[in-house]
Amino acid sequence: MATNDKLIHVVDVTKTYNHGAVVALDKCAVDIERGEVVVIIGPSGSGKSTLLRCLNLLETPTSGHILVDGVDITDSKVDINLHRRKMGMVFQHFNLFPHMTVLKNITLAPVQLKLKTQAEANEQAMKLLERIGLSDKANEYPAMLSGGQKQRIAIVRALAMEPEVMLFDEPTSALDPEMVGEVLDLMQNLAREGMTMAVVTHEMGFAREVGSRVIFMDGGAIVEENEPNAFFDHPQSARAKDFLAKVL
Amino acid sequence: MFESFIQLFTDPGPASFVNFTFLPKYAPLFIEGVMNTLLLSVVAVLLAIVPALMLALMRLSKNRLIRLMSGAYIAIFRSTPLLVQLAIIYFGVFNLIRIPSIVVFGFVNLADFIPFVVALSLNSAAYVAEIFRAGILAVDSGQTEAARSLGLSQWGAMRLVVLPQAIKNILPALANEIITMVKESSVCSIYGMGELVFAAKTVSGSTMIGVGPFILIAALYFCINYPASKAIEAVERRMRRGDKR
Repeated sequence: MATNDKLIHVVDVTKTYNHGAVVALDKCAVDIERGEVVVIIGPSGSGKSTLLRCLNLLETPTSGHILVDGVDITDSKVDINLHRRKMGMVFQHFNLFPHMTVLKNITLAPVQLKLKTQAEANEQAMKLLERIGLSDKANEYPAMLSGGQKQRIAIVRALAMEPEVMLFDEPTSALDPEMVGEVLDLMQNLAREGMTMAVVTHEMGFAREVGSRVIFMDGGAIVEENEPNAFFDHPQSARAKDFLAKVL
Repeated sequence: MFESFIQLFTDPGPASFVNFTFLPKYAPLFIEGVMNTLLLSVVAVLLAIVPALMLALMRLSKNRLIRLMSGAYIAIFRSTPLLVQLAIIYFGVFNLIRIPSIVVFGFVNLADFIPFVVALSLNSAAYVAEIFRAGILAVDSGQTEAARSLGLSQWGAMRLVVLPQAIKNILPALANEIITMVKESSVCSIYGMGELVFAAKTVSGSTMIGVGPFILIAALYFCINYPASKAIEAVERRMRRGDKR
């Protein structure tokens, strides 16, 4: 595969807290290619969210490098704000802005960053809302929405920046069970359209069905990396076997 | 014992609680006192807002030196008496800087007014900074992360996402700071600022009526601050209801 297909190139990223007393990530190396859906799984505390949050520098790695489109974003001279524009992120707790309407939530960044006029951004936002069947909620405040609706709007808010990659940090973990499906369906749709995605999740069904690759983490390290069916049917490491025996 | 207590209210002597015979002659002094006290405290807190916001943001900075500078300012102004700060600023700073004598609003001479307002404001900034800091920290960090992940700058996230939500926590505390300042501004009386305490001291000095003038200004302070604090409570209750929108 050509190197320019490598959208994200993570080189030996280590993250420690309390001056090295806690090691959250231990020399993690990952590549994410365009169009891939990389699913990161593992027990809680294994560092999977930390790794994901390092990808757009919400967490700053203690050492190592992260190259996005060939640019090392861990270099302090790089304008991280420009890189974050092309990396959409979806959070476990949605993090919609409660003081703004749904429409304003979606249009805030494109308008403030002068990528679109308010009118253009509104038009795009309405199209995105139509797509997820929530155009009637455009002028509601987030508090009026269900968890599933909030998360789909959070996804759409990230999409409004027209990102090259979407990062999902346990997007369904805070949802009532009956709302998980609508969020996963939307993510599956995105994957089908060719969106590059990195997903931290506990949804093994989604990992197997939608993922193009599974990364299994434990103790801050990447323990196993494989194509989903191979991983789920024939896990190699003892820790992956043990984990799958508990969750499946 | 009980009789002498009753006497406090019936005896028209200089120590009586109810001797207000000075009023017809000196009423204008107290009216001016109310206006000066209000002007002094409101202007001091309003002027403190911008420096306080800067101090609060510095306090939350990633840069240790910047955090330290802001922390030192806040620590110094909160750990020393306002009276002492006033003395230093009044005699020290404004001995060097002369304010031209310009009268505004008909009764405020800037040359007299500005040294006091600046001293109160510098003091208030330390307290208001902590109000801002607490208000900002009360906003969930996920809000900043979401804004930053969309590509907004740190200041953009603060201005568009965090501060509008923090203001709900900040406004009532800021109004309470004005109430505190209405009372604290009484220290300015010692250098001749014509606010309420100065009015009472002047009147009791020239009439030899020791208690009455102070009973009067106590009532005036109460009539300003109590309704104001009740109004703030009412606004706070309404804001909380707004949360369930």
